[in-house]
Amino acid sequence: MTSLVELMDYDEVVEKYDPVLGLEVHVELHTNTKMFCGCANTFGGEPNTNTCPTCLGLPGALPVVNAKAIESAMRIGLALNCEIAQWCRFARKNYFYPDMPKNFQTSQYDEPIAFNGWLDVTLDDGEVIRVEIERAHMEEDTGKSLHVGGATGRIHGAEHSLLDYNRAGVPLIEIVTKMIPGTRERAPEVARAYVTALRDLLKALDVSDVRMDQGSLRCDANVSLSPKTTGALGTRTETKNVNSLRSVERAVRFEMTRQAAVLESGGEVTQETRHFDESSGSTSPGRKKETAEDYRYFPEPDLVPIAPSREWVEELRLTLPELPWERRARIQKDWNLTDEVLRDLVNANALDVIIATVEAGAKPDEARSWWVSYLAQQANSKGIEVTDLAITPAQVARVIELVNAGTLTNKLAREVVNGVLEGEGSPDDVIEKRGFKVVSDDSALEKAVDEALAAQPDVAQKIRDGKVQAAGAIVGAVMKATKGQADAARVREIVLARCS
Amino acid sequence: MTNDLIHATAAELAAKIHSGEVSSVEVTQAHLDRIAETDGKVHAFLHVDTEGALAQARRVDEAVKAGEQVSPLAGVPLALKDVMTTEGVPTTVGSKILEGWIPPYDATVTRKLKEAGVVILGKTNMDEFAMGSSTENSAYGPTHNPWDLDRIPGGSGGGSSAALAALQAPLAIGTDTGGSIRQPGSVTGTVGVKPTYGGVSRYGLVAFSSSLDQAGPCARTVLDAALLHEVIAGYDHMDSTSINAPVPPVVAAAREGLSGDLSGLRIGVVTQFTGEGYQQGVLRSFEAAVSQLKELGAEIADVSCPSFDYALPAYYLIAPSECSSNLARFDAMRYGLRVGDDGTRSTEEVMSLTREAGFGPEVKRRIMIGTYALSSGYYDAYYGSAQKVRTLITQDFAKAFEKFDVLISPTTPTTAFKIGERANDPMAMYKADLCTIPANLAGTPAMSVPSGLSDEDGMPVGLQIMAPALQDHRMYRVAAAYEAARGAFGGPSL
Repeated sequence: MTSLVELMDYDEVVEKYDPVLGLEVHVELHTNTKMFCGCANTFGGEPNTNTCPTCLGLPGALPVVNAKAIESAMRIGLALNCEIAQWCRFARKNYFYPDMPKNFQTSQYDEPIAFNGWLDVTLDDGEVIRVEIERAHMEEDTGKSLHVGGATGRIHGAEHSLLDYNRAGVPLIEIVTKMIPGTRERAPEVARAYVTALRDLLKALDVSDVRMDQGSLRCDANVSLSPKTTGALGTRTETKNVNSLRSVERAVRFEMTRQAAVLESGGEVTQETRHFDESSGSTSPGRKKETAEDYRYFPEPDLVPIAPSREWVEELRLTLPELPWERRARIQKDWNLTDEVLRDLVNANALDVIIATVEAGAKPDEARSWWVSYLAQQANSKGIEVTDLAITPAQVARVIELVNAGTLTNKLAREVVNGVLEGEGSPDDVIEKRGFKVVSDDSALEKAVDEALAAQPDVAQKIRDGKVQAAGAIVGAVMKATKGQADAARVREIVLARCS
Repeated sequence: MTNDLIHATAAELAAKIHSGEVSSVEVTQAHLDRIAETDGKVHAFLHVDTEGALAQARRVDEAVKAGEQVSPLAGVPLALKDVMTTEGVPTTVGSKILEGWIPPYDATVTRKLKEAGVVILGKTNMDEFAMGSSTENSAYGPTHNPWDLDRIPGGSGGGSSAALAALQAPLAIGTDTGGSIRQPGSVTGTVGVKPTYGGVSRYGLVAFSSSLDQAGPCARTVLDAALLHEVIAGYDHMDSTSINAPVPPVVAAAREGLSGDLSGLRIGVVTQFTGEGYQQGVLRSFEAAVSQLKELGAEIADVSCPSFDYALPAYYLIAPSECSSNLARFDAMRYGLRVGDDGTRSTEEVMSLTREAGFGPEVKRRIMIGTYALSSGYYDAYYGSAQKVRTLITQDFAKAFEKFDVLISPTTPTTAFKIGERANDPMAMYKADLCTIPANLAGTPAMSVPSGLSDEDGMPVGLQIMAPALQDHRMYRVAAAYEAARGAFGGPSL
């Protein structure tokens, strides 16, 4: 499929064209209940169990707005430096689709709750780009269709489809940027950095799980190319199904090279929705629409307008948390980190867990060392993010504490961490279960040291003669004799004391 | 005995049941018998819930026997328009597309009726999705006017009003989007009330036009309507458009009105609702009513509400627009009819075939008008303009209510027409709602009370009384006083 698509060399693309980006991000709020009914808002679950007459669109059922969702929408708007509407309404977006119970989506149209904002985005080299926000509006999610029997899992070619309405009516916030011009060769990076910054912001606001892999944060990337010769705006495509930060970057890059090839061959870019394929890193056209979509928006008559008082808006402004980048600046200063080190931590998505580990009692250096080395390796080998490892910052802090107390050696500490990652319980549980105990009884160690010195009298003599580095051989012998359960530093001290 | 029970008012029946003079089971059985005897001719009911009705009647009888305090209408039978969901009892909305659907939940009105001990006899016939003025648009065949079986009983709630006129039930529930309670009330010689929009919960009312739909009480007397009004009205957190305010004191107002004194009350006669297109017998009945109201002490003068002339066209943009969206959910995916699902057709084809087969011509007409009116490029000219007219109508009402306590007009321009007479002329059919639509657009309360029979054809005529929002009690007072002065006007013989 991909092989049929002509692509232009990326360097050539940016030489000839200016890419223009527009990003639409859908965020599922993690409110307790759905947007317009009292059903639980939880991910997963047996299909069609979290449903009621309202979210199934049964005849006669009516929506009632979830006040917590409105509050979250306003907090998101405020954090994005938006104006909050004095008065706004929901609207119906009418179109037929089996996973949409009412065949209209209750959304907002020309009266969004928040509008005209911006978000500063820091790129890998520290450059800051201001992305202007058009609007943030509230809407409800659809159900999920599972297409069975086809080759692609898409509706085309499927034998039949299954519908799960558990997700129907989950509160969504759609955040739409204005056109982002002038990013040149960095457009793919800007797209990723924007979604990353937005994800971090939403996480700090504690309004969403922001899990791209579970669909609680979804990005549609609009890309068009403007020829440098004319400066005219190009036709845009909208790429959906972009399910990771890396995919955002790849999708934008792919579309740039594809569109440029189309234009170069004298063709025209078709305005269409495209589908990103993770495995090939390419995009393919969505279902062709024969006519322009007309959603026949009109104000939702089943809901009353929302007119948040200015007092409420100001109260919410006071609940805004320290923003992720402000926090980063503070941490950098407090911990005395270089720009490079900080950026590595952020890119590894490790900063929050390190901070949490420090808050749980560890020293910054120790916490950082664990998360960026051993734990990062474990995450890497499993192909997941460090934040998805089955260990909490508090547990890491406990391991560090045990090492500092001499209860665990570094080697044992890793074993303990492995045990936690394998689901054996807390660090203390693992120590208990695996029978790990650092041999810290000096008399036992002294006995072992004496035996080792006796076994290697020539080495013992060298140490007595002042060749301190020779102590390593004795320490090694003791560690071997104690099956690694001794504290090597303490063993060394004893060796030196015995030979002085 | 049976004859007495079916002729009695709801208030009288309640008194007898609560005193133990008769049982609710006897009263209920008398009405079930009456339905069995007459509904072959009238066809007011789509579904009679004999078991459910008798079970509820027995519960009330036990409570009365046990000396428990029961609510004012406990044990009294009622006919429920088939637009209200009823848990475990079919709800078709007069449409093939919902044939066989058994709702898993009760509408708030249904729940309130059950909690008040009211006995629901069954579900009444209606124009499909409440779209119509004659009940001829029901997918299950028309209802016949008990006064003349060749004539329509009004619509969309013709089943509820015909059930009252045929003595099949002393109480009924209707819904009124453009006159669907009042116009059937008018042409069947019964009382029909459209409360203030938001006064009665719409939760479980299968929507036609959300911003206009309003459920209300139907009865043979003003007091009975008031008693039922207080059972079903009140704030409901399940309906965002429900008004969080005390229920207007309509029962007290109806009792006060029975004293027959309207001294000092200012009544405005809407000048837009007279003249050409109005049946002479209707106008004569209306003038007689005006004279009687004067005799009761009311001060009566003409009032002009010029924007009311645009109410009908505005209504026929707003209501179809909302219905085109509200009825989109009937797509064969989750409930109701499914046509053509033979394993070879796509989802879209099944949706399309189902909607083609499941909706009748009037419903399709309105879906298409509404879809067009909301289309990009036409929205401002149609839906947008209609909303502006709506604002003007609300302003005309507000101005008129500065000078008048209530406004009056004929409820509908003619008496009941013959079945089939307007079936192929939608515009003529739509004009039946000429006088009733403004109150829906403004969200204000309005009711129809019988003003006797037309001297030309012997068919019932209705007097419409309109009041400001949340002043529902005002019109009950006027209606009750008028009703007492008017006296009896006979009834249909079946």
